[in-house]
Amino acid sequence: MISIRDVNHNIGSARILKDINLDIPRAGATAIIGPNGAGKSTLLNLVARLQPLQTGSISIDGQDVGKTPTAQIAKALAIVSQQNFVASRLRVRDLVGFGRWPHHRGRMGPEDHEAVDQALAAFDLLSFQSRFLDELSGGQQQRAFVAMGFAQGTDWLLLDEPLNNLDMFHARALMKRVHGVSRSGAAGGRQVLMVVHEINYVAAWADHVVALREGEVALQGAPEEILTSAALSGLYEMDIQVSEHQGRPLVLHHV
Amino acid sequence: MLACGFFMLWGLPSFSPFILTLRAERLLALVVVGAAVGASTVVFQTVAANRILTPTIMGFDSLFLMVQTGLVFLFGGLSYAALPVTPKFLLETLLMMLAAMVLFSLLFGRGRRDMHRMILVGVIVGILFRSLTVFLQRLLDPSEFSVVQGAMFASFGAVDLTTLYLATGLCCLVFAVLVPMLRPLDVIALGRSPAVGLGVSYDRALVGLLGITAALVAVSTALVGPISFLGLLVASLAHALMRTHRHALLVPAAALIGAVILVVGQGVFERVLGLQSSLAVIVEFFGGLLFLILVLRGAVR
Repeated sequence: MISIRDVNHNIGSARILKDINLDIPRAGATAIIGPNGAGKSTLLNLVARLQPLQTGSISIDGQDVGKTPTAQIAKALAIVSQQNFVASRLRVRDLVGFGRWPHHRGRMGPEDHEAVDQALAAFDLLSFQSRFLDELSGGQQQRAFVAMGFAQGTDWLLLDEPLNNLDMFHARALMKRVHGVSRSGAAGGRQVLMVVHEINYVAAWADHVVALREGEVALQGAPEEILTSAALSGLYEMDIQVSEHQGRPLVLHHV
Repeated sequence: MLACGFFMLWGLPSFSPFILTLRAERLLALVVVGAAVGASTVVFQTVAANRILTPTIMGFDSLFLMVQTGLVFLFGGLSYAALPVTPKFLLETLLMMLAAMVLFSLLFGRGRRDMHRMILVGVIVGILFRSLTVFLQRLLDPSEFSVVQGAMFASFGAVDLTTLYLATGLCCLVFAVLVPMLRPLDVIALGRSPAVGLGVSYDRALVGLLGITAALVAVSTALVGPISFLGLLVASLAHALMRTHRHALLVPAAALIGAVILVVGQGVFERVLGLQSSLAVIVEFFGGLLFLILVLRGAVR
């Protein structure tokens, strides 16, 4: 469980997060939704200690993010950020191999190579594995970075808008894969926490939903509870119809 | 590739079989400076996540020149030339390390890790130093100005022996600190977020790496004077020839290439041109040509 207590965050005079108290259960795949500027990415970055905490505390399965050595957190939690840019000429396989860094710290062993192979296969990257990153499309790069986070082999996997740049085929394949690894009993049974804008993917694949609005937790609960016409219309301040498809909510926000 | 570098290094002293000790000293100076410039530039470029920047951007050359000009201005040309060399070297190194550390800590102390701001400040500080230098040079009389001019170009002709050993020792020390940081450097090249995510204490490593860069640049500049283009050339060549992201290979390669270029350059300078020019001119002319050829052939990216 990730517990977030009394977390405030300001950038300059803008209050990005206001008194967040939130428990993220080990529910499988948890999605954070909300309009632009609600503080979703900031919250994710704070959990992943990419930004220093200003007030409050965050703990991951009992480990305090502010006090635990960063190398130790890297074995419990992996994050794939929104913007990834690599300056050095790097092959896809090497990038995914960096996901194993917390375990090998520079010297890859056989089990590391095996984990890299698994991650490459899982994200349909085997045919690109010896290509340079800067020769790939945005979507392919995105998949490589997610594969790197996956290869890290941590209990928690944090994804900041993993569907960016992906076409329909790969977006669905990625969500299916993420959903698959978050099943307990399946390989590892990882806990996934992701920021997702595409609400229907949340409806189809998430087990738990947290909705942020203007730096505060607006709603949280099961997808069926959150993804209702009334709740979403209020959250996004627009008229949103919700229908149903195969027992899951189907959000009609585009018409 | 590495073997080729070694081969060239081994082969080179053979063109100077006479006055061997003198040559060996000069060779040592060339190798130390070349290695320091090469290694520091690769490290700096990785930290700055930019292949065009060199430590020169941070205003090191200008600071060196300002110190020189300031000394001439204060003491006059004759007594400047008579200043004891080793304390002067130590003073210059110390000054430049201090300047670098002040710059770094000023910018890191505020909690914002903004590389671009630091580089911008470096550029502006460099311009400030340069303007001050030019201003001081205006006030000098022509004979004293010529003393400054001598210090403005890199020179391997007259390197003091004690200073040289001191510089070599310092560089070895810095390299010893650098070696265990080479593997984390690969991760740092990914950028801040991925590096932190992978459990590298990024901010602490950054300060250490910038300190190493500052030390190497300070030592080499204080030893022989500014060599502006060499770093860029060496780093680009190292990246182009090694074609790897692994700094455990890149940094030694850059150090070797730097040393080789300087040794060959000095060789050409002494033997072929008969001291009719300056080493910087040769390095930058041929290095620039080589660089252009590589860029046009698409080998450098």
